[in-house]
Parts: sequence; C-alpha cells; structure tokens
Amino acid sequence: MRTLNVAEITNAIKEMCIEANHSLSGDMERAIKTAADREESPLGRQILGQLCENMRIAGEDMIPICQDTGMAVVFMEVGQDVHFEGGSLEDAVHEGVRQGYTDGFLRKSVVRDPIYRENTNDNTPAVVHYSIVTGDKVKITVAPKGFGSENMSRVFMLKPADGIEGVKKAVLTAVKDAGPNACPPMVVGVGIGGTFEKCALLAKKALIRPVDKRSETEYVRELEAELLEKINRSGIGPGGLGGSTTALAVNIETYPTHIAGLPVAVNICCHVNRHGVRIL
Amino acid sequence: MDKYIRVPFDGSEAESLSAGNYVYLSGIIYTARDAAHKRMAEALEKGEKLPFPVKDNVIYYMGPSPARPGRPIGSAGPTTASRMDKYAPALLDLGLKGMIGKGKRTKEVKEAVVRNGAVYFAAVGGAGALLSRSIVSSEVIAYEDLGTEAVRRLEVKDFPAIVVMDARGNDLYETAVCKYRKE
Repeated sequence: MRTLNVAEITNAIKEMCIEANHSLSGDMERAIKTAADREESPLGRQILGQLCENMRIAGEDMIPICQDTGMAVVFMEVGQDVHFEGGSLEDAVHEGVRQGYTDGFLRKSVVRDPIYRENTNDNTPAVVHYSIVTGDKVKITVAPKGFGSENMSRVFMLKPADGIEGVKKAVLTAVKDAGPNACPPMVVGVGIGGTFEKCALLAKKALIRPVDKRSETEYVRELEAELLEKINRSGIGPGGLGGSTTALAVNIETYPTHIAGLPVAVNICCHVNRHGVRIL
Repeated sequence: MDKYIRVPFDGSEAESLSAGNYVYLSGIIYTARDAAHKRMAEALEKGEKLPFPVKDNVIYYMGPSPARPGRPIGSAGPTTASRMDKYAPALLDLGLKGMIGKGKRTKEVKEAVVRNGAVYFAAVGGAGALLSRSIVSSEVIAYEDLGTEAVRRLEVKDFPAIVVMDARGNDLYETAVCKYRKE
C-alpha cells in the first residue's frame, strides 16, 4: 500500500492543463509539419504554415494555441494499491482544473446548466473517467477538448449485418458532415463495439493515442490506413478550404460487443489535439 | 489575390470582394458569439438599441482566452459560425456588412449576404495565438457578465482572413473542396 496526498494530484492537473494548452505533443507537431510539406493546395499549404507559426507563437508568448481551451477531460488510472489522503480525490481533480484555468489565463468555457447556461467562471467541473488498475501508481491524462470538433462527433448504432463497410460509411459520413466546422486537419477517433456509452469512450481514448502509433490488430491497422486515405481524398483540406490534408490520423479502438449490435462512435478532434500524461 | 481592407466598410466595398480573396482587415470590428447574439436578438425584439452600430460593420464570432498582464488580448481565433445562423439574417438586413468565423452557413444566411451586398470571411480555426498578434486593442463594450462571450470592440491591424462567401453567392467551401476531391 502506497499513500499519496491528493494535493499532488491537484498540482499535477493544474500544470498539465496549462502545458497542454500551450504546446502539442511531439507526434502532433511532427504530423502538422509533415502535412505542410505534402499538401497539394497552395492555400492549404499557407494555412498549414500558419498552424506551425501559431504553435511557435503559443510557446514563445505563452498564449494558448487556440482560444477554445476546452472542457477538461481527465482520465485517472488508479493503482489498486494506492491509498489517498488529504481529502476527496474527485475534489482534488476539479481543484487542479480550477487552478490551471485560473492561474494559466485559460478560457472559462463551462456553463453550470446545459439549458440555463451560467458560466462557472473557473472551467469546472471537469469530465472525469476513472479506472482501477493493478499497481501502486496513478496515471493521469488531461485532454482539454474544444467544442468546434466535439459538436461534429457522432454515435451510430449499426446492425451486425452492416459489418466493416457500415463502419467505413459511418466514419466517412461523420467526417464529411464535419467539414470545415471541425477545424481540419482533424484527428479522427473511432470506437467500435461495446455498448452505446462504451464506444463513445473508446473513441475519446483513441484521440489520446499518438497519431504516429497504429493499432496492434492487423485488420484495425488496415482500416485506419484505408479510412485516412479516403478522408484525405474528400477534398475538404486545411481549414475546409480545399486540399489533400483533411485528417492527420484515424485512430480506432475496439471492444467486444453484443450479438445484436455494432456500435460505432466517431469523436472528431481538430488539429489542436491536446493531451498530457503523467504518472505519480 | 491579397487585398488590404479598411473596416467598417466604406460604401459598397464589401460587394467588390470575391470568394477566394485573401484579405487583411484593419480598423474596428466587434466580437459577438452565441450568448451575445441571443441578447441582441432579444434587444431587437423589444425595440431596444444594439450595443454597437451594425451598419457597414463586421462581427467577429470569437470569444478570447484571458489576456496576460500587459497584452491586449489572449488567444483569439474564430468559432463555428453556424451557431449564429439563426441570428445573422436579421443583422445583415440592418446593414451588417461582414462576418468572420469558420465553417458552413445556411441557405438563409447566404441569401441575406447576397440581398445585402455583404461578405462572410473565414479566419484560420485553431490559430488563435497567431491571430491575436493582429489585434491592437480590445475593450468590452457590452454584456460584461457573459465573460468571454461579452461584446468587444477590437482594433485590428492586417488581420488575415479569406473571403468564403461573397455578395454574388459564391461559396469557397463548396468550390474549393470539389477541386481537390478524388472520387
């Protein structure tokens, strides 16, 4: 049994909120730079060049990459041999988000009630997903999610008979409908299987996987490659203004499902696909 | 073709722009997004005045991140314009000449753009740090309680944007995508 003070959780999450909003992970940065070299459209190349410039300015000036600094999605993988002291773990997570967004000059984009819409003024609450794992460590992933692309995400409850062709159609439909609204080039997170909510969570987790890391399952790896190619032939392009770079990656996660179903979730993220990971 | 434009627009200059033009805007623009548009619509319904002169002006669909001390504004890129589609035609009919945002618009907005000789610009979504460098000053002029969604008066210098929808109803989102589609 290892004892961990929840103040450490708060502090880590505070720092991760600020870091994630000011710099992208190396894989994302490389993917955007590579796309800028390969893009066919002159305007598309200009836009991708501006995105590279934008990342540089964000780091230099400590100004968020995007003004939509997102709703904070936090994944907590908690080792079953960890004992927390110093207060509620859940409160500590939200406190980290509150401090990060307040001290880090990040935008407060969360409203208390979906209908009455009063801003909470500190970007809390976060959306927190826990899982209990073996060991005595805590792995924290903070993924601030912007809503331009979140709004274009979809869940499709397909029939088993729809099969892999149905999955392809669903993903391409979601991407085509998203078009310029989702700030392409996008990263497409896909969850296949599970239940209604499980496939959505898989799609969200797929966005956290590095864009240069392919699935370990052969047919999934092939599906990722085929969908990426098809998406990039759609013509949507950088900023939706035409071109050969519509997505930087398609990341797919799968899970067992029911004999009667084939759930598919498509969680779209813009090119500002932010996340940080820390192990305490 | 790059064009340098003064805003608010002078006369019918907005009509002379064409979809695909790359422009640099200098002058004064106003920010408003979801909540501010809702309030402006309510004000119009009650016969009250809007918080800024709409005629010949440009609205930027944007809610910035907070400014660090000594800076005019935080990150300041466009938000998705379609959420303002419900409100835009009424403002265009009052003389609004330009909108800056990102993403597709409805048929009703396109018709109002054509009817009023207006223009819809896209700024590069997700380039809020870069775009903030074109904003010289920012002042909240209305609905301060809305936080990032308050109406701001921005002074901009060479703010980069692309004409997506022009006064003749051309739509770059449709034409440019067709050009690069391989099916």
